Amino acid sequence: MHNKFTNFRETETTRKSRPMETKVERQAIKGGEFLIRETLPEEIFIPEEFSEEQKMMAQACQDFIDKEVFPYQDRIDNMEEGFMAGLLTKAGELGLLGVSIPEKYGGLGMSFNTSMLIAEVIGSAGSFSTAQGAQTGIGTLPILYYGTEEQKQKYLPGLASAELKTCYCLSEPDAGSDANSAKTKAVLTEDGKFYSITGQKMWISNGGFADVLLVFAKIEDDKDLSTFILERSFDGITMNEEEKKMGIKGSSTRQIFFNDCKVPVENLLGERGQGFKIALNVLNIGRIKLGVAAIGACKHLIDLSVNYGIERKQFGKSIVEFGAIQHKLAKMATKTYACESASYRAGQDIEDKIDALIKEGMDEQQAKLKGLEEFAIECAIIKVHGSEILDFAVDEGVQIFGGMGYSAEAPMERAYRDARICRIYEGTNEINRLMLVGILIKRAMKGELDVMGKAMAVGKELQSVPSFGNGQGGGLFTKEKETIKNLKKIILMVAGDAVQTLGVAMKDEQEILMNVADMMIEIYLAESTILRTEKLVALHGEEACESQINMSQLYLYEAVDKIAIAAKEALASFSSGDKQKVMLMGLKRFTKTELVNTKKLRRQIARKMIDNKGYAF
Amino acid sequence: MKILVCITNVPDTTSRIAFINNDTEFDKSGIQYVIGPYDDFALARAVELKEELGGTVTALNVGEAYGDPVIRKALAIGADDAIRINSFPKDSFFVAKQIAEVVKKGGYDLVLMGRESSDFNGGQVHGMVGEMVGLPVVSPVMKLDIENGKAKIAREIDGGKEFLEVNLPFIAGCQEPIAEWKIPNMRGIMSARTKPLQVLEPVGDETRISLKKFSLPPEKGEVKMIDEDNVEELVQLLKNEAKVI
Ligand SMILES: Cc1cc2nc3c(=O)[nH]c(=O)nc-3n(C[C@H](O)[C@H](O)[C@H](O)COP(=O)(O)OP(=O)(O)OC[C@H]3O[C@@H](n4cnc5c(N)ncnc54)[C@H](O)[C@@H]3O)c2cc1C
Repeated sequence: MHNKFTNFRETETTRKSRPMETKVERQAIKGGEFLIRETLPEEIFIPEEFSEEQKMMAQACQDFIDKEVFPYQDRIDNMEEGFMAGLLTKAGELGLLGVSIPEKYGGLGMSFNTSMLIAEVIGSAGSFSTAQGAQTGIGTLPILYYGTEEQKQKYLPGLASAELKTCYCLSEPDAGSDANSAKTKAVLTEDGKFYSITGQKMWISNGGFADVLLVFAKIEDDKDLSTFILERSFDGITMNEEEKKMGIKGSSTRQIFFNDCKVPVENLLGERGQGFKIALNVLNIGRIKLGVAAIGACKHLIDLSVNYGIERKQFGKSIVEFGAIQHKLAKMATKTYACESASYRAGQDIEDKIDALIKEGMDEQQAKLKGLEEFAIECAIIKVHGSEILDFAVDEGVQIFGGMGYSAEAPMERAYRDARICRIYEGTNEINRLMLVGILIKRAMKGELDVMGKAMAVGKELQSVPSFGNGQGGGLFTKEKETIKNLKKIILMVAGDAVQTLGVAMKDEQEILMNVADMMIEIYLAESTILRTEKLVALHGEEACESQINMSQLYLYEAVDKIAIAAKEALASFSSGDKQKVMLMGLKRFTKTELVNTKKLRRQIARKMIDNKGYAF
Repeated sequence: MKILVCITNVPDTTSRIAFINNDTEFDKSGIQYVIGPYDDFALARAVELKEELGGTVTALNVGEAYGDPVIRKALAIGADDAIRINSFPKDSFFVAKQIAEVVKKGGYDLVLMGRESSDFNGGQVHGMVGEMVGLPVVSPVMKLDIENGKAKIAREIDGGKEFLEVNLPFIAGCQEPIAEWKIPNMRGIMSARTKPLQVLEPVGDETRISLKKFSLPPEKGEVKMIDEDNVEELVQLLKNEAKVI
């Protein structure tokens, strides 16, 4: 079997220098803090640091997909009776469903970043990835994090082994993005022993075969949702036919109706009225996992594109020899590399936070929730970025395949359709963008993040004479790091001034919020990419990391322009006069970069992929 | 049932093959190693037999430390312990000698290995080991069951199928469809790290083959596709261009 997870082979020296093994105490990094703080390469985790054991797990997942999923895509998409449920059972046997469940409940209790790595690999599997995500994420974690001991004992072992399949029932026909407006009702029966649930849910993944249903409903006239654990065998549950969808056709998606469905009171999950919080907190995990899953899908598409491009000859040459195709391949790879850098950086930050909270004496499941909540901004960033680069990659993938890209005979057509859902579920990308800026502003207002102080410092800097000669030293990325600093200043300048100018009215200026979100996303990605490569170069030297260095430069180069555009749009919409002039000048100053020969860099990256017959980083 | 499975580590099939030192040495840099595909079948069957009949599976590798991940994969798949003979596998004779030492001391009921490795494809080790320790050898073995202390073997031969019965202990060179490759499960991977891996020094350094030089196969030439109705053109080309008829 082909071994994929081994880019830089671990040598004795790299193993010894692995910060993970020696457990260097990382500084307690706060969520969202990247915007106001310089991060050092030693402070981030890079995927090249995954241990032999973690790579073996990733390879096992890959082998599973190669063997059990890819050859049967048509049967999966045709929703052959029992096929998907059977796949989940097989995945359960391999332990792929119990990754995040503690050992005492029949799971494996693996670290957060390991579970991310597994989600990445499975991400290339389209419908199966959705089914697996719904089972292990939104369908399992609410019980794990909020369940009573009895509830955990009762359900978790079955969920880990896939003896029990599960689904998460939040969305309704009239409550999608606005999930807390759900109308499904729960009424306590007279004897006080049951809740009677009545209502309708929509878009429920795994609905068709789930044994356990996590249902969000409002108890009596509550303002907020509560969560209930239902079993398929309870009376009063019916469903519509399978939804006919654009993609992930093999994933079961149902409308589910509850008609006076009696649920024992002990099946209330968490506290009354806590449902929306449960929904949101669990979505944090779902989001970052969806982001990494998109990376797995991108890598797969790149492999397909490179190999097709090598085989496909036009005008007497493999089409990968054409610059236009190399340009596409290099862009696909650069975005993927960037997203991967950011995802595992965030994943490790979350893991470290969880560990720190446990050390402080917090209960393990509480610590996980808190750790994820802390990094909600990063989770949203990765969800949005991952889903969008996947759509970019799959679009270019189709283009590289030409007519075959449009044919259902070749894999790109399905991949193109399957990818699209990622921008919609787990919170649409609009909702995620709004949310991540919302959290930033909230934390800034509360003083948890010193955004305002830093923004003021930028304001002062704008009044002063620009200092020249910055970033002149000759070291790798010296200039790029200066650029990163400057880009952060732009965000602080724009966001800070927008908040000051608009006040609470800013929440209605969604376009500006979107601009800020876009800037936040780009800076986190660009910085993570540079940091990862810097760390990698320290381990393996510049020569071995030529492509990574090139990708880091390329990513940043584009990020500068994207941030400049977003900043200009925002500034034009809320500022005016002299103030605007000063900020525009600042923008010019902070986005000053030297021309980069992108053609040369992209050609090198593409060549490396052609030589290695796939994504090679 | 005490089973010994011999595993080689071979370059992953997608590796880029290159030579160094005037083409006298295989360039190992950047190469990823995997369990030899035939050995992987042997290992899978060994684990199944253990599950059916009870007992233990020991994985044996003659190789240097860079192959340890491959050994740990065998442990993850279900071997109970492992032995590595700490030496580069110089040639079939050398490897067979090392295996024979382990077999003599170990008292195994069954010694399984691939019918050949996928790097040098020597296909000789099982035969040599059999000779050295005085045990029967069957290769290739495509189906293997143990009944009443005897091995029942089936394999395809020219024009038919052959069924054999062999007394234990014996040595088998395995190939598909003896079992399906096993994907290690997560729990197996986690437990591999705590299973014993014993490293032993080799016995002697005698070899029977000296390697003079490697060379890559010549590049394939351009392929011309000729329509099946166009036999004349084919004949023309074979005569005038390829000059083979
Ligand atoms: C295949 C599939 C599987 C799914 N699986 C599940 C599941 O297992 N469980 C579950 O509970 N749900 C599931 N969903 C539902 C999914 O989470 C919702 O579709 C999603 O949250 C969007 O809700 P909506 O469809 O009602 O769109 P709407 O909320 O109507 O949104 C329509 C558009 O308006 C935008 N919009 C909405 N509100 C705002 C706002 N305040 N500001 C700016 N723009 C806004 C959205 O971004 C979007 O572009 C699934 C959906 C699909 C398609």
